Amino acid sequence: MASRPRTLYEKIWDAHVVETRDDGTALIYIDRHLVHEVTSPQAFEALKVAGRPVRRPELTLAVPDHNLPTTPRVDGGGRPVPIADPESAAQLAALEVNAPAFGIRYIPATAKEQGIVHVVGPEQGFSLPGTTIVCGDSHTACHGGLGALAFGIGTSEVEHVLATQTLLLQQSKPMEVRVEGDLGPGVSAKDLILHIIGRIGAAGGSGYVIEYKGKVFERMTIEERLTVCNMSIEAGARAGLIAPDDVTFAYLKGRPMAPKGAEWDAAVAYWRTLHSDEGAVFAKSVTINAADVEPSVTWGTSPEDVVPIGGRVPHPEDFADESKRVAAQKSLDYMGLVPGTPMIEVRIENVFIGSCTNSRIEDLRAAAAILKGRRKADNVKWAIVVPGSGLVKAMAEEEGLDRIFIEAGFEWREPGCSACLGMNPDKVPAGERCASTSNRNFVGRQGPGARTHLVSPAMAAAAAVTGRLTDVREFV
Amino acid sequence: MEPLTRVEGRAIPLGLKNVDTDIIIPAKWLKTISREGLGQGAFEVLRAEPGNVFDDPAYQGAPILIAGDNYGCGSSREHAAWAMLDLGIRVVIAPSFSDIHSGNAVKNGILPVVLPQEAVDRLLEVAREGLAITVDLEAQTVTTPYQDRFTFELDPFRRHCLLNGLDEVGLTMARGEAIGGFEASRTAAQPWLMRGTAA
Repeated sequence: MASRPRTLYEKIWDAHVVETRDDGTALIYIDRHLVHEVTSPQAFEALKVAGRPVRRPELTLAVPDHNLPTTPRVDGGGRPVPIADPESAAQLAALEVNAPAFGIRYIPATAKEQGIVHVVGPEQGFSLPGTTIVCGDSHTACHGGLGALAFGIGTSEVEHVLATQTLLLQQSKPMEVRVEGDLGPGVSAKDLILHIIGRIGAAGGSGYVIEYKGKVFERMTIEERLTVCNMSIEAGARAGLIAPDDVTFAYLKGRPMAPKGAEWDAAVAYWRTLHSDEGAVFAKSVTINAADVEPSVTWGTSPEDVVPIGGRVPHPEDFADESKRVAAQKSLDYMGLVPGTPMIEVRIENVFIGSCTNSRIEDLRAAAAILKGRRKADNVKWAIVVPGSGLVKAMAEEEGLDRIFIEAGFEWREPGCSACLGMNPDKVPAGERCASTSNRNFVGRQGPGARTHLVSPAMAAAAAVTGRLTDVREFV
Repeated sequence: MEPLTRVEGRAIPLGLKNVDTDIIIPAKWLKTISREGLGQGAFEVLRAEPGNVFDDPAYQGAPILIAGDNYGCGSSREHAAWAMLDLGIRVVIAPSFSDIHSGNAVKNGILPVVLPQEAVDRLLEVAREGLAITVDLEAQTVTTPYQDRFTFELDPFRRHCLLNGLDEVGLTMARGEAIGGFEASRTAAQPWLMRGTAA
C-alpha cells in the first residue's frame, strides 16, 4: 500500500482507519470534535438516556455561536445579559450544563475566546494538519485550509463521536481542482471559490473530497485558505483540502492547543509528509485559469448561481437543462430580478460582513480599507460587522478598524454566526437585498423573504458605499 | 429507530432540484432541544405557496417524497430528517442526495433511493396520478401499478441498519477494544494528537 502513490486525502484517511468492514465501510478515528449549541442538545440527551459517557472528552471543544444574539453580552456592571428569546436561552443553557457534565472544555459566551466554531478551532490551535475534524455544521470543511480532513455531520453522528470517538464512513473519491496562474488585482480568495462553485456546480463535488492545488493556494495566507475550503460544501463536496506547508506551520506555532517543544518538531516532521504524491490518481480533475476569475457575485438562490460583477442577470433560457431553467426562473422570481440587468445596477439595502467564511482579521482589514474615509449610501438601511471571535474583535479594535466601520455607518457587533443563517435576531427583512460575505444564498436563509448576494468582504464594503453591487476594483 | 422493509403508498411529487435543508426546515425551528414536533415547520416556505404539493389533499400522509437532483444540500442539520419523519415520510426518491443529509436520513429510518433522472421523471408522473408506489428495501426495487420496475443500490451497511432498525452507536461501542488499541498505538507514536484541549 505504501508504494502506491496516494493523494493527501488518502494519506489522512489511511492514518485514521481503526478497522475496515466487509461491507466496504471503515471505522475512522476522529481527532478533533467541535460542538455548538444548536446541533448538540439531542445528542447529549441520547447519551444521558442510554447512560453512555463521552469516550475522550479532551478531544471535543464546545463553544456557542449559532444562536447567540450579537448585542452586548455583559452589562455596565460586568454581569451577563440574559438572552430575551426563551428557546434560544434554553439552548444555550443546555450546552452550558452538558459540556461540563460530560467533562468537555467549554468556552462561554462571555469569554474573549468565544466565536464561531470554525474561527475558534484554528485560532486556538485545536485544529491541526492531518487530523480528522468534525462538527455538527456543514462548514466544518473550513479547517481543510490547515490540511485537516474536516467535514460536517448530523446530530446522530455527534452522539456517535462523543460515545466512540469514531465514525463509520464510506471513503469518498479524491477530486482535484487545479488553478493555473495568478489572481488579478482586487480578486480575493472568496471570488475564486465562488467562481469554482459556479464552474463545477452545487452538486459537482458530490461524493468527493476536493484538494485545491496550484501556486495560487501556496501563496495564500491561512485565512484565505480557510475561506476557500469553507465553501467546498457549497459544491457538494464532503471536504476541501490544501496541503500544509511552512505558511501553515508558522500560523500554528505557539497557539494555545498546538503541540509544543519536541512534540512540535515531531508534528512538523509528520506534517511535511502530508501532500499528494507524484503520480497520485484523482477520480476527477478540474482546471481553472486564475486570469478568468473576476470579483464574483451571486444572482440566484444556489451558490452555483455565480456571475462576474461585470456580468448580467442571466435569462432562464440560457441554461441547457430543463430543470435548471425551471430553477432559474424560480430564483429570479424570488430574487426580484429582471434577466439582462447588469449586476452593477442591482441596488442593496443591507450589508452583512461576517460568517465562518469571511469574519477573520484579514477580512475585516480588507473591508475597512475600502470604507476608510467613506460612508454607506443612504439607501443602505442596515450594515453590520460581526467579527468571527472575541480575539478577532479585540485585534480589530486595537487596529482601529471598529472606528472605521462605525464612522462608515456600520454596527460593530459581538461574535457569532448572526445573519449568515438568520437564527438569532440578526435578519434581513423580507423583500430586501443584502450584500453578504456569508456562504449561502438559499431561499429564506438570512430571514424569510430575504434576498442574498454573496460577495467578498471588500465587495460588500464597496456595495455599502455605492448602495448597489459594485466592482471593488473601482476603489483601488 | 423504526425498521424499514417495504413502503407502499402515495408519493409527494415535488420534483424540485437543489432542495436544501434550509427549505426542508428553516433555521427558526432549530432552537428546539428535542427531536419532536418539527413537522410543523417542514417545507414552510414551499407550503406558503398556494396549491403546493404538501397541502394537496391527494398527498396527505404520503410516505414517499420524490425530488430532483442534490436533495438535502447545504446545512448538516439533522432537524431536516426529524421534520420529514414527523410528516410521515419514510422514503425519498431523487437522482442524487447530499452526502450529509442522506446519512442523517438513514440514521432516522428514512430510506434515500437514488434513481436515474428518467426513472424519477416516470415516478413523478405516476405520483401525480395519485397512484401508490411500492419501495421494497429487501429486493431493492421501486415498482408502480403500471408494472414499472426500477432497481436501486444502497450500501450494504446502511441497508442492514434500516432493515433491522439498528442503533449504530451501540454497534460501534461493541468495537471498544479495537478503538482502544488504535488509541494506545497513537498515544505511543504521536502523543500530541491525543492531547486536544488538554495541550
